[in-house]
Amino acid sequence: MSRPLAPSLLLLAGISLLAMALSVSVGSVTVPISDLLSTLAGGGSTLHQTLIFELRLPRTLAAFATGGLLAVAGALMQVLLRNPLADPYVLGLSGGAAVGALLAMLAGLGAALVSGSAFAGALLATLLVFGLAHGTGSWTPSRLLLTGVVVAAGWGAVITLMLAIAPAQRLPGMLYWLMGDVSYARAPWPGLMLLLIVCLMLFPLGRSLNVLARGPLQAAALGVAVRPLEWLIYLVASLLTATAVTTAGSIGFVGLVVPHMLRLVLGNDQRIILPACALAGGTLLVLADTLARVVIAPEQLPVGVITALLGVPTFLYLLYRSRV
Amino acid sequence: MNPLNAHNLVIDVPGRTGGQAMDFTVGEGQVWGVLGPNGAGKTTLLHTLAGLRQARSGEVRLGGTALSDMKRRLVSQQLGLVFQERHDEFPATVLETALIGRHPWLSPWQMESGEDLAIAEQALKQLDVAHLSDRLVSTLSGGERQRVAIATVLAQNPATWLLDEPSNHLDLHHQVAVMELLKAQAGAGRAIFMCLHDLNLAARWCDHLLLLFPNGEACWGPAETMLVPSALERLYNQKLVTVEADGAPVFVPVKG
Repeated sequence: MSRPLAPSLLLLAGISLLAMALSVSVGSVTVPISDLLSTLAGGGSTLHQTLIFELRLPRTLAAFATGGLLAVAGALMQVLLRNPLADPYVLGLSGGAAVGALLAMLAGLGAALVSGSAFAGALLATLLVFGLAHGTGSWTPSRLLLTGVVVAAGWGAVITLMLAIAPAQRLPGMLYWLMGDVSYARAPWPGLMLLLIVCLMLFPLGRSLNVLARGPLQAAALGVAVRPLEWLIYLVASLLTATAVTTAGSIGFVGLVVPHMLRLVLGNDQRIILPACALAGGTLLVLADTLARVVIAPEQLPVGVITALLGVPTFLYLLYRSRV
Repeated sequence: MNPLNAHNLVIDVPGRTGGQAMDFTVGEGQVWGVLGPNGAGKTTLLHTLAGLRQARSGEVRLGGTALSDMKRRLVSQQLGLVFQERHDEFPATVLETALIGRHPWLSPWQMESGEDLAIAEQALKQLDVAHLSDRLVSTLSGGERQRVAIATVLAQNPATWLLDEPSNHLDLHHQVAVMELLKAQAGAGRAIFMCLHDLNLAARWCDHLLLLFPNGEACWGPAETMLVPSALERLYNQKLVTVEADGAPVFVPVKG
């Protein structure tokens, strides 16, 4: 808690900007950095203007917002469950969103309704997990985590069932959504705004979250109103996750890996970790999406594949090291 | 200071019906010890007094106001609690841990100031763990962790201290050092209320005792009236021999 706040966050912000610049300039047509700057300033050729403002920049910003939202949601859930291995994906929130989205796709509904349905699915999944885990007693972190994992497995089965009975012409779209993809994301602003608002809103709560990470009794003894704070975190984390999956489908491991990595380097002061998660999570997904666009160009990979391929070994390594 | 007061208090020990109502006030300068066998409800009593657990009936008051009607933050400025069990799933250094004791005194927008840092460092020094400041708590020994936990409440600086087995894991020297520290806190106008396993520590350092029997029965009062060998034998279901040493009674369990 005594570590200097500004330098590490400024460094991360700088890296984020560089990653976004890279992501916008790299692709089928490479935009040199000088052209990129002049286009962003309002000049440049019409080709560059269209390419940057209509295609690449929205996608890059959407990737950034999604990554940031997922990482902050993951960090919050880890504090709430006092378990460094919790994240929206592991807890089945992404699964619920996927079931919602696939149902809408099966019904042949339009993109807006698919998003709405995914949002509803994520919120339903959260209610289900927290409602069931609450039971007759109080939330215990291990019960919450177990409930989440089991509910996630249930969602998995429902997803498989829906894929099995889906008509062939709907399958590719459904699969692509499941794998997580930002190529159709064209509205980055709601996600970005939410990310900014949440980071600002959480800052004054940061120290309370630090205390809560030491257990609810200790937190209450130090003056934290535990139950309201837990509900707030849970609602905010659900909202963040729902917005992220609505933007880009089901993308795993960002919420798990990013907060964990940052804690190893920066310690566990939430006033630093939460904004750092927003920046680093965004950067990670921007870079992963850039990779997804260029690895087998002109074909594109879904970004969820890249994050999972990076996330799985990282998760296993951390698990192996942590000896829980 | 606002005295902590149990008013017709019956604690809620799972699986026990009834239980005697308790009425006592932990006043300025007093050092209270709670004695009782395993499972008698010592920790439950402590948590109930701190407002972390519902009482079965009656209430806990701080300066005349029911604890349940007060904001947690206000309570935590007057009441500190050293837990028996601690959670450190997340990495935290010793200094960071002592600094969370300042939480009740800081507004949401305030960062810890240099003054808070100085208070935390001073507390660590008083508990003889200042040299461990930058170590992760998870790498410390049991006794060192116990001293860090006590330092955290020292940094919190409450008028009333509640402690759950503060002598746990401590070596002889640090047991005495901690008891001296608590005695000095009481001498400075604060109040101490602690559960103890060690009858002899209680006999030596406490001026008031509360005996908690497994059936929910309880009695309390000045230490000299409570240290009756027959009552203590009934409390622990253990024959005792009493000797006098260094100006205080010493109770030794009889073999066999």
